[in-house]
Amino acid sequence: MSYIIESFRQLYGSDPRRPAKTDISPEAQKVHFDKKQKPYTKEEIAEVEALHAQGSKKWRNRRWATLIFINVLFLVSYYFDIQLLEGALTASRFMGFHMADLNSALQVTLAFKHMVLNLVIGTVTVIVIWLLLGGRTFCSWVCPYHLLSEWAESLHLFLAKKGIVKDRTFNRKVRSVFYLLFALLALGTGYTVFETISVTGIVSRALIYGPGVAMIWVGLVLLFEVFYSRRAWCRYVCPIGITYGVVGTISPLRVKFLVKDCHHEGECRKVCLVPHVLDVTIKGRAAHTEVDVSADCTRCGMCIDICPTNSLRFEIKGLGKHL
Amino acid sequence: MSDQAKSKKPVKRHLSPKQIEQNRREFLRSSVLAVGVMGISLVGLLPVVQGKSLALRPPGAIKTPSDEQDFLSSCIKCGQCVQVCPVNAIKLAELDTGAGVGVPFIDARDQACDFSCDGLQCVLACPTGALTHDLDYPADTRMGFAKVAEPRKCLAIQGKGFKGQARGPDYPGLLRYDDVDRWNPIPVADYPYDLALCDLCVRQCPIEIRITQCAAADAAGDKNKDRVAQRQGNECPPKHAIALEPIVSDDGIKRMKPVILEGCVGCGVCEMICPPDPPAIVIDIMQDADTIGGVS
Repeated sequence: MSYIIESFRQLYGSDPRRPAKTDISPEAQKVHFDKKQKPYTKEEIAEVEALHAQGSKKWRNRRWATLIFINVLFLVSYYFDIQLLEGALTASRFMGFHMADLNSALQVTLAFKHMVLNLVIGTVTVIVIWLLLGGRTFCSWVCPYHLLSEWAESLHLFLAKKGIVKDRTFNRKVRSVFYLLFALLALGTGYTVFETISVTGIVSRALIYGPGVAMIWVGLVLLFEVFYSRRAWCRYVCPIGITYGVVGTISPLRVKFLVKDCHHEGECRKVCLVPHVLDVTIKGRAAHTEVDVSADCTRCGMCIDICPTNSLRFEIKGLGKHL
Repeated sequence: MSDQAKSKKPVKRHLSPKQIEQNRREFLRSSVLAVGVMGISLVGLLPVVQGKSLALRPPGAIKTPSDEQDFLSSCIKCGQCVQVCPVNAIKLAELDTGAGVGVPFIDARDQACDFSCDGLQCVLACPTGALTHDLDYPADTRMGFAKVAEPRKCLAIQGKGFKGQARGPDYPGLLRYDDVDRWNPIPVADYPYDLALCDLCVRQCPIEIRITQCAAADAAGDKNKDRVAQRQGNECPPKHAIALEPIVSDDGIKRMKPVILEGCVGCGVCEMICPPDPPAIVIDIMQDADTIGGVS
């Protein structure tokens, strides 16, 4: 329950809760105490930090392969008319089974105030899929804009390193404001206002039906991310992330943090799209020896790839099995 | 609880002036971002509110000629209707239509809907009911209503025949010709005509073709009788959509003029096939058979 509440707080935009001393389990307290008594030496930390450079790309490669495979499957299915995966990311049919993007379905339902059976089927199917697979997993494993944004992010980080650009942060709560406003606008105006500027929908359709003028908007958003604010769309704007995040609060697939071997170098937070979810890796923050990372996490696996001490892992809650 | 309250408050009090300034700036930036993004998305409403996004829509679109709100709001912009159309008549709208972006439309002059899928595949493919399932037959659709916009361009009115490819050799559009292939549409350019008096708009009208098919089925006799009896509504035969009527003229030239009848569904094949450019006959999306109440 506390996981769900904490996930909602973080999805809303609040800072992760710092556990009060009394909330920290005796085992975790012992770990924190031991680390305080016998801190890692500079050499030990340097040793671990040296490993960051050779961080594995295992999860990134799997993720990119999955993301590209799914999006290309749409294209191939249409181009060769094999009817495997018809439609676009907003709504599709996989071998005849309806699927609907949860946020698009929500916008359409709020605007139209009616849901036909096919849309109900598609929405429920997709809810079940992401309940099993982790909610915001959609963002990093499926959303085609995410990949473009990741490349833009590399460019941003490169330019930032050279001191040419700098990352300006926004208040994360602004995403919840967007979520509310877009929902109210759909309800009030009767038009799916967010879909007009949804880069996910635009990129998906551009891939399948050919690019158009709308891609200029996507380009502008990418430029904004490169030159002004790192990953701004996914971090501060996109309501799709919240919709899937809410589903993810009750998903068993999570990233788990094990405090014992963590050197607290903080490299995981530097690579993360949503670094606040990893505040738990800050020294002394873990309330238990094992903590599940909140549902705002996109399960992209970048932190797992970069972590030299294996302190971050995928887990399926209840199966007790680490991937 | 009291512990937390205690541990939280001092943190807030001890914000340095620099942090306060940073927070203030972040708040301002976030407000500007919110206003900016909302503003841009609201600009997208302008074309639809002004009616600039109105277009010929696929069969079954839930709209009235002048009000597309239900259609625009219920469409999930996935393009499944685009994918199933055998003649590729359906396209997705561009960003210049604002909130209409990604919504399907038909440019009849480029490629009209000739119902060669027979079963209204786009309607069946639609996951949200934006193309309503309440539609059973092509004759039930209300996409628009044909009108003779440029009578002086009309070959039949001029008393002229037509010989050759209706839209020239490079025209990529497709139509289904029963006498060539009952199931698959072929390029219009592969089907040259030789007509004493041009009647392409009537000859290619899917509704008129359907009426001919129904008549043939009825003429086929007893073995089809049960099926004929089971047919519902106006499906077979549907009401006439277009006909050529003779014009009385003094010059002795035989002239005919196309007259649009209440069976017209506005599919756009007449606009597509009409040889002159711009075409003599076009689809008026501001009308349909119901609003016009019969013969035009």
